[in-house]
Amino acid sequence: MPTGAIQFEPLAEDALLLRFGDRIEPMLNDRVHAAVAALRELPSLECVPAYASVLLRFEPAAWQGDDATSAHQRVEEAARIALETAHASAGTGRIHEIPVCYGGSQGPDLHALAQHLGLSDEAVVARHAGADYRVAMLGFAPGFPYLLGLDPALAMPRRPDPRTRVPAGSVAIGGMQTGIYPTELPGGWHLIGRTPLRLFDANASEPSLLAAGDRVRFRAIDAEEFADLDAAQRR
Amino acid sequence: MSVNVLKPGLLDTLQDRGRPGHAAIGVGRAGAMDLPAWRLANALVGNRGDEAALECTLLGPTLRFEHATWIAITGAPIAARVEGTDLPTWAACWLPAGSVLQLGRMAAGCRSYLAVRGGFDVAPVLGSRSSDLHARLGRALQGGDTLPLGNTATDAAPSDHPHALPWRLDPQPWFDFAQAPLMLLPGSHGEQLDEASRQALYTRTFRVGNDSNRTASRLDGTHLQLRAPLELISEASLPGTMQLPPSGQPIVLMAEAPVTGGYPRIGQLAAVDLPHLAQRRPGDPVCFRRGTLEQAADRLRRRGQALDALCRQIERRLQHDGFLSRMTGPA
Repeated sequence: MPTGAIQFEPLAEDALLLRFGDRIEPMLNDRVHAAVAALRELPSLECVPAYASVLLRFEPAAWQGDDATSAHQRVEEAARIALETAHASAGTGRIHEIPVCYGGSQGPDLHALAQHLGLSDEAVVARHAGADYRVAMLGFAPGFPYLLGLDPALAMPRRPDPRTRVPAGSVAIGGMQTGIYPTELPGGWHLIGRTPLRLFDANASEPSLLAAGDRVRFRAIDAEEFADLDAAQRR
Repeated sequence: MSVNVLKPGLLDTLQDRGRPGHAAIGVGRAGAMDLPAWRLANALVGNRGDEAALECTLLGPTLRFEHATWIAITGAPIAARVEGTDLPTWAACWLPAGSVLQLGRMAAGCRSYLAVRGGFDVAPVLGSRSSDLHARLGRALQGGDTLPLGNTATDAAPSDHPHALPWRLDPQPWFDFAQAPLMLLPGSHGEQLDEASRQALYTRTFRVGNDSNRTASRLDGTHLQLRAPLELISEASLPGTMQLPPSGQPIVLMAEAPVTGGYPRIGQLAAVDLPHLAQRRPGDPVCFRRGTLEQAADRLRRRGQALDALCRQIERRLQHDGFLSRMTGPA
């Protein structure tokens, strides 16, 4: 990918930010995932993808040479070389199907959200479960995915009064975004359903079910299937 | 080998160097707030790796040591007592089996470190024994907890009474008694501050807010303003980043910094000054002075060299005094 349009900004002694743009936009985010795939090949760098940027963190001593060239200059040079040979867009990423029990006690805000948007509950579910999403980035809490791809008709500003406890697995809408609470957390998004899947387990060999760049689809399930899957996860 | 928590302090957590490499899945680094103090405490008991030590906050816990061992306390000056004997800080101390160590209040500063020969041996999570309260990995100590210790095989006990080695480290420059101004580097959106705020940031005295914690130090005092509101999308965030939330009260992200954030970044604290901010308690003054990335990187390099040199010196001293072999036990 061409690197001319990328801004390189040193953030700290051990950190360099690569900025691809300043909007939440699937095309920009796609470049982020492509860049991360290439940058991960470099040794001694930690890559942290976000909507339109990648943070590189490094051990300054490992990148510091004897001459006047700074560690940041060396990291930037290595990143440019890695990116120039990289593809302009990322591969498709893994695809996950996330079963969601919408509404009822699992999605206490579904009805109010539907009413606010002038849609039926069923229409909200159909639109939410009918879209393809991409994990733009993880953040806020371990394993929390920010998903791109929400139907604009479902966008709704965050709750004025955030909840102090949102149950693990809650699927929610906040502004133009949708996400899944991996563990019990405080949160201000509208809860429209809940998945029985475990999104984060620090002791698993792969702690986070989702990675930035992965694709997600939601599948509506009923309370019975939720209970079965939930029980299967506990075994 | 274990330590029992008889009475917890205000906030005691196990900390090591932290958990790098997992920010992409939303897990930050955590780790000791005052890394040099943590490292020197470990060095004083002959630990050479990334052993977990106890980070205490303002008021320390009361602990019972089931077995004889070596300990060292660094960081903020704290009252430490074992059955009527006062223990010095910044020194290796011998505790016989059954010792009850009472850690009291800190005379200054905010965080003290208790290292034990062999380290606290809880199961690592994602490669680290650090508690990350923000990410809910690990938790603060509670009364009744039992903490396992690493291999502390020690040869014949030097004594049945608690006592310290006859030499101790100079807490300076590691502990900043003078509360000197902290070096602040330009932040991505620092130029967006209005004229008065830009001035105030480097001339006014702020105070550490009561709601400060391991995630962020909140700075009370002058409210800062941007020339115009900024609509920003979330980007990765870091310890040391000074953010300006809508309240106008700047905050500096600390060890448990969230991995992403969307507030304007108006500055970046020099990494060498991060432990000094970590040692400011609520109400303490904080002033900033301008610095460049080059200056900060140079200070960080020099501090790293000084710390390495001091750790080598400590090791030689322990060896020379014959304590390291006693600490380590028979081969």
